[in-house]
Amino acid sequence: MNAATLIGNDPGWLIAVKGLIVFVLCVLLTLMSVWGERRIVARMQMRLGPNRVGPFGLLQSLADGVKLALKEDLIPKAADRIVFVIAPVISATTCFMAFAVMPLTGKVSLFGHQTVMQLTDLPVGVLYVLAIASVGVYGIVLAGWSSGSTYPLLGGLRSSAQVISYEVAMGLSLVAVFIYSGSMSTADIVAAQHKWWYAVVLFPSFVIYAISMVGETNRAPFDLAEAEGELVGGFHTEYSSLKFALFFLAEYVNIVAVSSLATTLFLGGYHALPGLGFTENWLGGWFCMVWFFAKVIAFFYLFVWLRGTLPRMRYDQFMKFGWKVLIPSSLLWILVVATLRVMSARGAPRALIAAFTFGVVLLIMAATSLYEKANRTINVESLPDSSVEPSFPVPHVSGINRVESNNG
Amino acid sequence: MDELTPRDSEFGLEKAAAESAPILDQSAGSFFKQLLGFWVTFAAQFRKVNTVQYPEEKEPTAERFHGRHQLNRHPDGLEKCIGCELCAWACPADAIYVEGGDNTPDAQYSPGERYGKVYQINYLRCVFCGLCIEACPTRALTMTNEYELADDSRRKLIFEKEDLLAPLRQGMLMPPHPMYPDSTDTTYYKGEVPHSHPSQEPNV
Repeated sequence: MNAATLIGNDPGWLIAVKGLIVFVLCVLLTLMSVWGERRIVARMQMRLGPNRVGPFGLLQSLADGVKLALKEDLIPKAADRIVFVIAPVISATTCFMAFAVMPLTGKVSLFGHQTVMQLTDLPVGVLYVLAIASVGVYGIVLAGWSSGSTYPLLGGLRSSAQVISYEVAMGLSLVAVFIYSGSMSTADIVAAQHKWWYAVVLFPSFVIYAISMVGETNRAPFDLAEAEGELVGGFHTEYSSLKFALFFLAEYVNIVAVSSLATTLFLGGYHALPGLGFTENWLGGWFCMVWFFAKVIAFFYLFVWLRGTLPRMRYDQFMKFGWKVLIPSSLLWILVVATLRVMSARGAPRALIAAFTFGVVLLIMAATSLYEKANRTINVESLPDSSVEPSFPVPHVSGINRVESNNG
Repeated sequence: MDELTPRDSEFGLEKAAAESAPILDQSAGSFFKQLLGFWVTFAAQFRKVNTVQYPEEKEPTAERFHGRHQLNRHPDGLEKCIGCELCAWACPADAIYVEGGDNTPDAQYSPGERYGKVYQINYLRCVFCGLCIEACPTRALTMTNEYELADDSRRKLIFEKEDLLAPLRQGMLMPPHPMYPDSTDTTYYKGEVPHSHPSQEPNV
């Protein structure tokens, strides 16, 4: 029996229980990830991070939540009241919905029922996740617009442009996965990776997805929509109390969601690391969940590491990168993958496939070296002539001979 | 600490020359150089943290840290402050308020004619610049290293004379009391009064 049949046999109460488990896991993971992020970033900056509330400060995010709940809830005079209230609700609900199709374990028994730990298995599961992520943008855009204030509006606009651009790259990076696995259902994609993870087979797709998921979640170095220094927090500037808490929650659940999707599509989902397959039967199959969350947490660490290392990108560079680098390269990659796929499906000889791959690699190398050569000549020509005194005043530097100016 | 101290070459002529030299190579190798940054943050996680667990652990401040003020006393217990208001005039933040008063034979607070009758420092205004200390002609006003000055009301942060006066040490008597026998204010300022004299004690 495959996952879809097992899920189809679930009684109603089991679906409710599963839904509850997934929700609780998400919220717990969010609380822990807020704490984890602060601790890890602190260590990267040679600090300790929150360590006051509970052992190792574990209850810090709980304390923050209580604090936020007790704050005064302000609605600005110029705000569109209804939209202002709805926006955080949209953000917070949509981010949880992506988890409905995440396969957390293989076959397990839950209260005596044989099932899989996955709420539902849609034949277009991954498309559903992308669609939900797009709906989540509405929360951000509407929040920015309804605040009736300049900076939130700018933040909302930036955010929508950003998420839309990077969703294109993200969607394109997933096409290769669909071509290879022959399915859009998350459970089938995990099953198709039984032998080789797609992170290995489709490495370029994985890289593009990993970059675009950072853009998609508005995280550093792509956190232009929030950009504390420029936009005073971006779309959520005017929000306080529980409404702000909802945005905060949504941001972190989103990170966990895109990490889960990456795990499912590229890192073999709930399957164990290569060579540790025997662990998958421990605890009656429930041990798979440990693998799943270990991989998700590894992705989360990557997010935190990026934030601790890289400065924020400039907006135009960011857009240029998305449209002129990520999208064309993933289109090219899809072409290559599709050709290879068709060749092997038609039973082409192995030599022909190898020759094609080799040709593509050669072409890419030639193109990059040509591009770099062109760049280098431009750089040398465009250098300012250092023997001519510049028209603007420059500080005197001893040891450097400048031509004495005549008018001085 | 060693890595924080700049080497000579970082500030010397070589550096200036290197900085003003035209950048020829902009692309080659820069990608992998950028990746080095990831190693920096990763390695930093395993270094010793700089955090001091403040309320539990307290590290001494720098020796000349500008903390709360103190009004000093002469060795016999008389106040050094003469109520001249120079500190208040020097204060750029207008944090000090002084009212001078006349010493009388019955109530002698400081050597000489005048003493500081009212002395207030408003720590909501004070910027701890130390100009008042420089202005003080009798070294009556100095600063301590005490920095825990937070409180929950404006009123509590206006320190009165009692809050600022130095405690009585060995050999000091609580003023008002007469000056040291056969002394003038000049002998006080010259530091020729060693401690209080039995004749200065109040007649009980």
